[in-house]
Order: sequence, then C-alpha cells, then structure tokens
Amino acid sequence: MTNFAWLPAFKAHLEREHLLIRGESGTCLAPARCLEIDPEDWAKGGAEAARFGLRWAGLWADRDALGERCTCVLENAGDYLILSTRPDGEALASHSPWYPAAGRLERHARDLFGLRFEGLDERRWTRHQAWPEDRHPLVDALPAPGETPPDGDYPFAHIPGEGVYEIPVGPVHAGIIEPGHFRFNAVGETILGLEERLGYVHKGIEHLARGRDPAGLARLAGRVSGDSTVAHAWAACQAMERAAGLTPPARAVWLRALFAERERVANHLGDIGAICNDVGFAFAQYQFQRLREVWTRRNADLCGHRLLMDQIVPGGVACEPEALAALEYDHRHLRKALAGLFDILEDHPSLRDRLQGTGRLSPLTAAELGVTGYVGKASDQAFDLRRDDPYPPYDRYPPDVPRYQAGDVAARMRVRMDEIGISLDLMDRLLGDLPKGDLAVPFTTPEEGEGLGCIEGWRGEILSHVRFAHGRVARFFPRDPSWFTWPALEHIVQDNIVPDFPVCNKSVNASYSGVDL
Amino acid sequence: MQLALVVAGAPLLAGWVKSVKARLQNRRGPGPLQPYRDLRKLFMKQVLVADSASIVFRAAPYVVFTSTLLATAAVPLAVRDLPTAPVADIMVVVGLLALGRFFLALAGMDVGTAFGGMGASREMLISALAEPATLMAIFTLTMSAHSTNLSTVVGFQLTQGLVLHPSYLFALMGLVLVAVAETGRIPVDNPATHLELTMVHEAMILEYSGRHLALMEWAAWLKLTLYGVLIANVFFPWGIGETTDPGAFGIGLAVIVAKLALLGLALAVSETVLAKMRLFRVPQYLNLAFLFALLGMLSFLILEVAA
Repeated sequence: MTNFAWLPAFKAHLEREHLLIRGESGTCLAPARCLEIDPEDWAKGGAEAARFGLRWAGLWADRDALGERCTCVLENAGDYLILSTRPDGEALASHSPWYPAAGRLERHARDLFGLRFEGLDERRWTRHQAWPEDRHPLVDALPAPGETPPDGDYPFAHIPGEGVYEIPVGPVHAGIIEPGHFRFNAVGETILGLEERLGYVHKGIEHLARGRDPAGLARLAGRVSGDSTVAHAWAACQAMERAAGLTPPARAVWLRALFAERERVANHLGDIGAICNDVGFAFAQYQFQRLREVWTRRNADLCGHRLLMDQIVPGGVACEPEALAALEYDHRHLRKALAGLFDILEDHPSLRDRLQGTGRLSPLTAAELGVTGYVGKASDQAFDLRRDDPYPPYDRYPPDVPRYQAGDVAARMRVRMDEIGISLDLMDRLLGDLPKGDLAVPFTTPEEGEGLGCIEGWRGEILSHVRFAHGRVARFFPRDPSWFTWPALEHIVQDNIVPDFPVCNKSVNASYSGVDL
Repeated sequence: MQLALVVAGAPLLAGWVKSVKARLQNRRGPGPLQPYRDLRKLFMKQVLVADSASIVFRAAPYVVFTSTLLATAAVPLAVRDLPTAPVADIMVVVGLLALGRFFLALAGMDVGTAFGGMGASREMLISALAEPATLMAIFTLTMSAHSTNLSTVVGFQLTQGLVLHPSYLFALMGLVLVAVAETGRIPVDNPATHLELTMVHEAMILEYSGRHLALMEWAAWLKLTLYGVLIANVFFPWGIGETTDPGAFGIGLAVIVAKLALLGLALAVSETVLAKMRLFRVPQYLNLAFLFALLGMLSFLILEVAA
C-alpha cells in the first residue's frame, strides 16, 4: 500500500491552480482522506483530478444538519480521496467534461436531491415522470401512490443522415432479464450509436434506507442487486462497522470472503455459459448452467440460501456454515469439469470467430470511463481492491489479477475464466486457515457518524456510503460498478453489427437494478 | 396420400432434431412429438393481429404454407412415379419456395416493426445468395440426367447404380450448405434463440400468433423436410419405390423415414458443435456453397461429358 504518497503532490498541484482547500481530514470516512472545497472550485477540482490521473469513482448528495452536501470519490493507487462541498443552493459544475461516466451519477443526485449541476444533460434519469419538475423524492414528501405516467417523450439523440434508422428495443425484453430501453441508430446492420434509458426498476432504495437500524440496512443492501447480494451487504456492513469503529471477528471475516468468492464463481459460471448461448453455442450454456446450479445448491446446504442472501450482518456473519468439509471436494470436482470445458471453449474455431474482436473497449476509453472489474481487466485496467487496497482477510491472501489488452468479448470471457481458477485457489487457502472463534460481535449503533465501505464484488468495485444520525441510518448510497460499465457498453457496441449486440451486452452484464436504485 | 404423409410427418422431423440436440447437450428436452402439441395449442389459440397490419399480413401464412405444400408435392417421397410427376419440375419447386419466401418477407415488413424489417432484409440477403447456388447444384444433376424433372432425375440416378461422380459430390456439398441456410438452422440462423436482434426467420414471424403462427411454423418444418427428402432421394435414391403398389410404397416409406432420421441426426450434431456465424460471414458461407455447385458443374463438363 502506498498510503497517499501521491497526496502531497496532488495538493501542491491544486494550490498552484489557486484552489482553496477549506479543510482536510483523515478520519471523516477513514481510511479515505477528505478534502473540503468551495462550491465554485468544484469544476477545478474535477479538472485537476483528471489532469493528475485520478479515477473518478462516484458521487452522491446528502443533507445533514448543516445543509446539503455533495461528495465525490476519487481513487489513485488504491487510496481513496473524497472531495466534498456544500453547494448551499448554488449550482455545481458537472464533472462530466473530464469524466464522461460522471454524468449519470450527477443526474441521479439531481433527480433525487434537487442538486443543480451546470453543463449537465438536462434530461431526467432516475425520476422518469413520477414526480413533478420541482419535487425531489429524497427532499420532498413522496407523491401519493398511483400510476406513473409513461416516459414516452424522452428525447433520444438522433443521428441524421441518409439510410440511418432507429431500432427501439425494450424496456421489456425477450427472456427473463431486467427492463431497460436501448435505442440504436444503425445504417444497414452497423450500429452508429446506442443510447441507454434505464431507471425502470427504481425501487427507492435510498428512501427505504432512512430510519432503518443496522440489521435492516444490511438486509436492504443485500437487495440492491440480487446477483451481488453478498458483496453489497458486505460493503454496507463494512461502512457501518467503520462508522461504529468496530472490527468483526476473524472467523466472520474469513467466512465473508468465502461467501464473496462463492458469489463470484457462481456468477462467472453463469456468464460464460450465457455468452456462449448468445452466439448460438447452446452446448456450453447447458454445461455451465448445470455447474452453476450445483454450486448454488451447495450454498443452500451451507447456509440455507442459494445466493447466500442475508448471511452477512453488521458485526459478523449470520450462519455457521455446515458441511465445510465438502467444499474442498467441490473445488476439485469443479476444477476438473472446467478443465474439460475450457479446453472446448478455447479450441473452438467457430466460437473464437464470433468472440474475438467483437465489442472492443479500448484501454484508453476504459481508463476515461473508470471501469473496474472484468470489463476493466479485459481492457488493461487491472484495478482490484482485494490486491490494491486490501481489506481483511485479503491482506493475507492477495489474489492474482488477470489483465488483458484486447478489450473484446473474448477477453472479458477470458478474465472470468481466470478469475474462477484464482477464486478456487483462494477459497482453498481460506478454508485451510479458517480461524476459530465467534461469528459476530454485538453491533452498537453509533448516534452519529459515517463510513465508507469498499468491496470488490464480482462485477468490480462497490462503494457504499452510510451515515448515521440519532442512532438510525440517515443516508445510504450504494455505488454499483455498473454505473461505469453501462456507459462502457455504449462505446463497446459502436461500429459492431446489430446482431452482435446481445453478446456484447452479456459480456458486460451490467446490473439494471444496481443503478436504478 | 404421399403429400399427406409429408405434411403429417414434417413436425416429427423437427421434433426429432430438437430432441436429439437436447440429448447431445446432456439434457432431457421435449420428446419428438412436442411439435404436434405445439401445433394443437396454437390452433386453439386466438389470433392477435397488429393494428397496423394490412391484408398481406393476414394472407401471408396461407400463401407461405400453400406454396411450401405445393413444392413438397412435387418431390418424390416414397415412390418415384407420382401423379404429379409430369409437373414435378425442379424449377417449379425452387420457384414455389421463392414465392413463399417473398410473402414471408413482405409480412415481416408489413407490421412496420424494426425487428420484422430487419429479419426481412437479412432473409433477402441470404436467399439472394442461396438461390444461385441451389440452381447451380441442380443444373449439375439435371445436365447428367438430361431433364429437370425430378422423377426422371431420380430414375436416372437409380439406373446409374453406385457410381461416384465428382460432380455429384460437389453438388451434394453445395446443396447441403444451401439447405442449412434456407431452413434457418445453425450456423446461419438459430431457430431456438430468444434474442430479437439476432433473428432472421424468427424475426419475420415475431408478430404472428395463433393459427397464423402455427401455419408459419408448420411451413418452416415442411421446408426442412422438403430439403431433407430432396437430398435423400436425389443423391441417395436407393430404396425408393418404383411403382405405386402398396408393397413398394411401404418399403419406400420405411427407407425414406430412416434416411430422414439419419439426416436429422447429422443436423443435430452439426448444430451442437457449431456456434452461429456472424451475419456478414453468411455471404462467404453461401459463396462457398456456390463454389461447390460450380465445381460440380465444371467437373461434370470436363470429366464426365468428355468420357
């Protein structure tokens, strides 16, 4: 760990640009460092961070006793730097000119909190038409329940030109997947541009979190995105534990890591099969689906839930897994099954023909967007929290991080294949050293305080911000990695052909629910 | 009688391919009789037609089904000497199939959805390239038999006995490739997909329901059977009945069922081991089919006519 070796240089850089740092703290959202700046310096902050090469990792709005506050997370070399400001009704400059993926999080903050941004896309993002123009669900009273008017006149970007036509797809799709609208501009079969319209599974997570107790928040966090239930619950619990200054017992931490790795393997198995299915190679789909099913059934044997939902609680874990001895056999068995299947996938010309070179995300674009997880790793962005800012128990077991430059569908599949193997090795070591002791310590809710949880979920880096007030949760914001991989998808499909969109989409597999909150 | 058998048997072939495929993918899958249940279900269902649909949309299922049916009638199944033999010209078969496809594409575009239009444009791309290859493969055969009449071609083949002609081999390879493309199977199209953006044939019939959909599906199965019978009887005609008496008919029927089962098996295996091609690979694939057919023709002209 570098421990902010770069921070003095960055601060000097800011000072040269006459940016006034109002306050600095190393305890506000430890282990992150916080810099408080003036609202009129917000643009400069973003611009200088971009010039310094920091990764923009998230933004949320909040309103406490002192008024509204906007917080932005930046990352460099595994260290998190928080920029925050109190806009006091003033409009902030959008960071989207320097960080193209920032726009959606800013639109989300604007829609729910009424925060104003200059130079930001004016169209509604999360709110659709459920609220009148001047009402914002996290500030004003909720509207009476009723039908939401359709968002039919959302102005999509049109691409003028002869022979350009639009293909609307969704929000309801064939197959059992989540809703989202895709608007293609195409010439012949070539995609000129794709625009996503999400927000159809807005659940009001941030509103539901208010006033909950820690256990209730952990349960809610586990439902932000069902396939990442372990990672999101862990991130929220880590945030709450940091706010409370509490360390969960070693056995709990080991088990959390075990659950998180099991979640990673299950999802990667499912994804590899689904990618193959989307190019008409159904054989692989059925084989991987079978392996995933066997794997999730073992989860049910361990803790009574196939996806391990609600097993991570504030202060520790909820269940003492049964039949841990069977896992080693499982791992051996899975390795053997995968060796055969991976051989088939790698040595299959017609599959290679479809996946290689399809849906390229260049390392440059990936860095600009700040994508993490397998999408980043396939495009030369080898950031992995477990290695670069390790939290226990990963500080003892730093995993290998696969890294590829090609950035195509094949590379994203390759990363998943590598990560399954790495996770299996990791789980073997975790099981070998599993400490004895308590499963959880009692969680005492702090009256005031806030914390930031940073967990490497199977999709990538998850940030989770929790603030307590009066012994209850006052603010919860989970930032799923999909906030960055969705915009990446818009870049990925450009200049590909329309029938290749499904496989590109599946190779990214961003979460709808995770960003619709 | 023969026609009724083909029409009744076509769903069985489709079901057979499906269930073999399921087996090859290590799953149980529906039984080979499933298509019949699907047909019954669809015929009992109410028909929903989009507001923007015109008469073309309503008429297309009947036109497509009838034209495929007529084309099938012209192909000798179990016996060679059909009542339809005098008109059973191979050009008629190709023409009837083209008519069906034309209406299918029109229907796809009629409702005005993006998917239908996309499917129609892709289907036309494929068929524009597949048709020359079909014709070229067939010309090779007809030139050696000196007739474009299917009965005569089959009869000529029978009298030839088992002589391996390079021209036939090439024509066979060409026709098999074309048949896969024309019947919408992997690697050209995926009949089992749910992804609208990748569909070809399925995209055109996306808006159909009830009995319209049943007819469309049935026509597609018929077409599959037709190509199967064509390949089986023209290239491997042995076992086909010479006369219409019940004995010869029975043997002929048993033989053709066995041949189709074998072809279905081969199709299922190839669909399991292959992934779908990228759309713009399809022209290359069909060019290969055309090349085979052309080679067949050339080798006939060079090697066999001279000899």
